Amino acid sequence: MLTAVIAFFIGGLVILATTKKNPLSTYRAIFDGTGLNWFFHVGSHKIGIPFTDTRVWFPWDTASRSAMDLQQTLIIVTPLILTGIAVAFAFRCGLFNIGGNGQYTVGAIVGVQFGVWFAGLPGPVHVIIAMAAATLAGALWAGIAGLLKATVGAHEVITTIMLNWIALWVGSYLVGFNGPMQDPRALSAPVTRPVAQSARLDVFWGFPTLQGLHIGFFIALGALVVYWLVLNRTTLGYEVKAVGFNAEAARYGGISVPRNYFLAMAISGAFAGLAGSIDILGWEFNLDLTVVQSVQIGFIGIAVALLGRNNALGIFFAALLFGALLTGTSTRNLDPSVFKPELAGNLTQIIQGLVVLFVGVDLLVLYVWRALRRPFPRRRVES
Amino acid sequence: MVDDERPVLELRGVTKHFPGVLANDHIDFDLRRGEVHALLGENGAGKSTLMNILYGLYHPDEGEIRIKGEPVRINSPKDAIARGIGMVHQHFMLIPVMTVAENIVLASEPTHAGVLLDYRAANRRVEHLAGTFNFAIDPQARVENIGVGQQQRVEILKALYRSADILILDEPTAVLTPQEAGELFEILGTLTREGLSVIFISHKLNEVLEIADRITVLRRGKKIGTVPHEGATEGGLARMMVGREVLLRVEKAAAAPGQPFLEVEDVHVLDDRGLEAVKGVTFDVRAGEIVGLAGVDGNGQSEVVEAVTGLRRTSAGRVRLGGHDVTGSSANRILDLGLGHIPEDRQRRGLVLNFSLAENLALHDFDKEPNSRFGWLFPRRIIHRARGLLKQFDVRGGGPQTLASALSGGNQQKVVLAREIARDPRVLIAAQPTRGLDVGAIEFVHQRLIEARDSGEAVLLVSLELEEILSLSDRILVIYEGRIVAEYPPDVTEEELGIAMTGGRGREAA
Repeated sequence: MLTAVIAFFIGGLVILATTKKNPLSTYRAIFDGTGLNWFFHVGSHKIGIPFTDTRVWFPWDTASRSAMDLQQTLIIVTPLILTGIAVAFAFRCGLFNIGGNGQYTVGAIVGVQFGVWFAGLPGPVHVIIAMAAATLAGALWAGIAGLLKATVGAHEVITTIMLNWIALWVGSYLVGFNGPMQDPRALSAPVTRPVAQSARLDVFWGFPTLQGLHIGFFIALGALVVYWLVLNRTTLGYEVKAVGFNAEAARYGGISVPRNYFLAMAISGAFAGLAGSIDILGWEFNLDLTVVQSVQIGFIGIAVALLGRNNALGIFFAALLFGALLTGTSTRNLDPSVFKPELAGNLTQIIQGLVVLFVGVDLLVLYVWRALRRPFPRRRVES
Repeated sequence: MVDDERPVLELRGVTKHFPGVLANDHIDFDLRRGEVHALLGENGAGKSTLMNILYGLYHPDEGEIRIKGEPVRINSPKDAIARGIGMVHQHFMLIPVMTVAENIVLASEPTHAGVLLDYRAANRRVEHLAGTFNFAIDPQARVENIGVGQQQRVEILKALYRSADILILDEPTAVLTPQEAGELFEILGTLTREGLSVIFISHKLNEVLEIADRITVLRRGKKIGTVPHEGATEGGLARMMVGREVLLRVEKAAAAPGQPFLEVEDVHVLDDRGLEAVKGVTFDVRAGEIVGLAGVDGNGQSEVVEAVTGLRRTSAGRVRLGGHDVTGSSANRILDLGLGHIPEDRQRRGLVLNFSLAENLALHDFDKEPNSRFGWLFPRRIIHRARGLLKQFDVRGGGPQTLASALSGGNQQKVVLAREIARDPRVLIAAQPTRGLDVGAIEFVHQRLIEARDSGEAVLLVSLELEEILSLSDRILVIYEGRIVAEYPPDVTEEELGIAMTGGRGREAA
């Protein structure tokens, strides 16, 4: 929390220093752009009964601009929650999964291909098949790094970064010009065929044609519950945490450390792969070269996990924060007269970077604060 | 000892509160020139707090400190050093990659032109200093390459270099072998003859009696009393420390050994560097007996334990547990076949410090009923079971949901003990089970080990403390350079054991 506040504060100074704008009004404009102000729209609204002007006292202003903005924010929050979990789960096992982006890309590629295939299937079945395949693909992709760590001790930071690049360039080949997945009907564009209607996720809020919020959001919320349950209510979670806290004690306790390294990476990758397929099946519907080459969702997941302190609720709010920042500063949502959107995009990145930076400083701040309260570090109180 | 002089150091009514704890309650303490004054007390009695106040790390809430009769205020270790107080911490504060001389002159280095370190002058000064106090030390050796006893000498020299005349030693023998401790005592003798005064913090009765001129006992933050060396006894001091009668020697019935539960046959083990640390060890431990494995640290005992518990691979030989061949089996299988293992390092291996006590107590059996079923944990059952165990083993300082890191060493060890003994193992391996514990806790651990034996478990006790080996074991094996060199009945003398441990010929296997 402190971290985010400090990051915003410094971001504000940057705004002030570089553009001579008022940081408060800029933040206000960004906030309005995120659609989060929808929650404050308690008032009487039209509820859209034809030929009448019926108004109801309720924040159910579905048709408003802020509702649509909020839908966009939550569409981005969805994959951020999942890639955040992907980083956090590995963290709990003492591993740093930087490969969320590659695992996301692999999930997106497999998701789009399975969405194009099996076009005749009933909707739910098709969606489940495509998501399961993407989840598995993400798990296998991260599992490579896990396996290397478990067998020969290759450091997961190195291997996952390498796997990111492999995913990026294999994806570029598959999706790019003359690639095997390129849409044969759109040879002028490096983009895959769109997924079949049966594979698309239902939109439950807003208009499907205007990119409303799809049910993938609930899948992400469900993933948070699963994450919490696995860590706190299963023997697998117990093992993963034991290895993460003290691998030597875990080994002494009869827990196989290599096995947990592999499993933790694979499970992490599963979440990231799922994120890739949800974006495809929820609102992108096809995969194009620029997305493969410029997607950042997996990396922002690292910031989400750090800010969320690897805690389920924390991940949710951190994902909400970063999702909101992305939407709020997008060219579409930020009033150019308040702040230049092309700069605002950079502002997001600055704040993101500061948050990551300050997560480390956070500990320092706490330490200093404690040191000020008590002149010297306290000895452990013994019984 | 010069009694008529006024004390070089006096503490009057020193009081220190920590949240929820009164760490020091109006403590009076004085130190005379040329004496060793021991500060004795259980873990948490307030010894270290008092010394940290003296060294400027804490400020007292009340009370006054006088040095050579003059009231002083010590705000930081720098102040303390300026007033001639030197402290050697339990964990050394040395820089491993630097030489002995560099470590000693650190922060007040002799320089060329104020910039470049004058190595030759530094070496010379350190040599001179070592010569004055008759220390055997090589100023040019790197600290990482010298033994623990030598490192401690470097710490002492560091204090002397800054012209300390009051030396505080915080549990100095905890990390030393008996031989090194003997050498340390000689050094302290030299220092006091030179007129220095030493405050010696310890919870070991025998060494306090050996070295100290006067002994002050603290218990739960209060001073119980100061007694002169003459007339003090282990029993009397133990009673002052703990506040009740303590059994220093464990009472036990004769062993009734049954069938061999643990059989180790010609086992060879490599250490981390790939050198053969265990060179063909054969022994067995039978149901209902305690076998002591004595030896100087680093002679292969740790590797034997790791090989038997499946934590390290054997390069040759067989290990059988309850008749099952477990050579090369996973730690998990060996645990399931009925092994309990109190590891020598409870913080590195015995506990997950960030886990709660309940989670730690389930470390081996979290994946078995009733703790879990089909991979699903039942935290309430784990906590419920933990509550019973914590009570049964008298763990104080926290409940089932307290983090293990919040407990004191003695209570942490009780948690490990509770976990290993409650599994009802056939074979219980206890490696350094009382390292760093105080008298009361040691008594508790010893009694539990005897109980385990009497309930028909085969107990292998690995310890560096001869006294512990002698008082608990029914048979004693001596390991030296990776081989079992002798076997003794429990009535062997400490001298005979000591000779065998250092490679001398002992009585051949009985």
